[in-house]
Amino acid sequence: MELEKIKKKMRSGPVLFSEYKLGEGVKKALQLGRENILFELKDSGLKGRGGAGFPTATKWMLSGASLSDKKFIVCNADEGEPGTFKDRVLLLEYPELVFEGMIIGGYTIGAKEGILYLRGEYEYILKSLEDFLEMLRKDKLLGNNILGNENFSFNITIRLGSGAYVCGEETALIESLEGYRGEPRNRPPYPVNTGYLGHPTVVNNVETLASVPHIILKGGEWFKKHGTDKSTGSKLFSVSGDCDKPGVYELPWGTSIAELLKVVEAKNTKAVQVGGASGICLPKSQFNRVLGYEDAATGGSIIVFNESRNMLKVLKNFMEFFVEESCGQCTPCRIGNIKLLEAIEKIENNDFTFSYINNLKELGRTMQLASKCGLGQSSPNSFISILENFKDEIFGLNGKGKNNG
Amino acid sequence: MLVLEKNALSEEIESLVNQFGKERSALLQILQAIQRKHKHISDFAQQEVARMMEIHPVEVNSVVSFYSFLCTQPKGRNIVRLCQTISCDMAGKEKVEETVQRELGIKFGQTTKDKRITLEFTNCLGMCDQGPAMLVNEKVYTKLDPETAINILNEIK
Repeated sequence: MELEKIKKKMRSGPVLFSEYKLGEGVKKALQLGRENILFELKDSGLKGRGGAGFPTATKWMLSGASLSDKKFIVCNADEGEPGTFKDRVLLLEYPELVFEGMIIGGYTIGAKEGILYLRGEYEYILKSLEDFLEMLRKDKLLGNNILGNENFSFNITIRLGSGAYVCGEETALIESLEGYRGEPRNRPPYPVNTGYLGHPTVVNNVETLASVPHIILKGGEWFKKHGTDKSTGSKLFSVSGDCDKPGVYELPWGTSIAELLKVVEAKNTKAVQVGGASGICLPKSQFNRVLGYEDAATGGSIIVFNESRNMLKVLKNFMEFFVEESCGQCTPCRIGNIKLLEAIEKIENNDFTFSYINNLKELGRTMQLASKCGLGQSSPNSFISILENFKDEIFGLNGKGKNNG
Repeated sequence: MLVLEKNALSEEIESLVNQFGKERSALLQILQAIQRKHKHISDFAQQEVARMMEIHPVEVNSVVSFYSFLCTQPKGRNIVRLCQTISCDMAGKEKVEETVQRELGIKFGQTTKDKRITLEFTNCLGMCDQGPAMLVNEKVYTKLDPETAINILNEIK
């Protein structure tokens, strides 16, 4: 089946999927002025939606305070985490929110240029996005003197990636934009000071930017009403795997995994992978945990496994992914992931000792500490959590025999 | 490569460099344009890009070799990329894989003799709710089963 034609599905949700009229966010932002925008944003408690959860207002303030004649807003649409597809939905169905978020960001920090870094796999969305930008230019929401404001001009260009998961890491993304291999940089300096071409740069996730127009329009106080104290607002969850209704759902932070499973009509669920391949795998006994930065953090990826799945096979798929996608720059990640994959193969062949497995878990913890970027720091998560939470199944300690299923 | 072909490629790269600019930040865009048209970036093309952008050819090669959508060896006219990540895998990727290999008589990673199709695996395509999914060049196809996959492949030229 070919991808369904771009159309607005009937979606509803508390924030992102609530009603919105094109241009309202930018209009309100220009009335409010920079200080008030930052105030509302800080008040809202919005944190980065890509997974790391850095406060957006702080990022904008830091780059706003940097002295430079040139600044950039970069929208990170390099959505590559296994099981994540919310950005695809936002870009196809709600491009106005994403672009207006970029425009508001540009106005706030004093940037004149925005870049949307679209992953190569999403090239088929490019045309509709460019058409949309053209429409924004006609509506005076983009280009010179936006909405007649003489002091504010802003433009957006779209750049394509070429199939590299690591480019979702913000400094790797900047390297890629600059025409280099997508290898993460040391931090500090942070992109808010020294980013694209050495200029202050804000890199925000698609969903983070898409939340901004709503916050500007309805206020930080309103946004805070949703979610929990530490995780304000709502989140888009991309749900896939063994459930009757996979798809993108907007739910407030603080929703428990059991509640989410009910919404997507999952049956006989054995495990849930929260946060994609770089996230953690939770067994049934932990389905009461809640989704949020303070408990089960996620960039939105939820993969559901039912009783018939072999968790060792799942883990192998994840580790193969990391071995392929490691950029190879730092040793813990380049070699470590290969060693973890080797261990899985040895378990498959029943050719291992428990002290060896324990050593490798220790190696995983070393990788979490010693890797240069988020990829290597998080790739051992699934290795450690699956081997610990499903040891009965994998090592056959419950008498059922190993690798059943 | 014939001299005429070489000249044509040089001219093409020159116009790309004029279009995107000589700054380093234009490099990836130039390489993507070459890849899109020729389905690979030959050694000669890399050297020409380097010459016109005034950087070392190794710099160009280091970028080409990093990105999985860029390659130095010729591929088929159409590149088919089947998603191998977990959700598509659970949704029945393996059956699609087996059928497609049998039908085309090649394995993943290979190109058909008539240069019509190159089969490759790729990581998550962001279609996890509609798997198994595959890309044919830049177009995405979802909810595949062996039959629909074969029909799609038989239609491409």
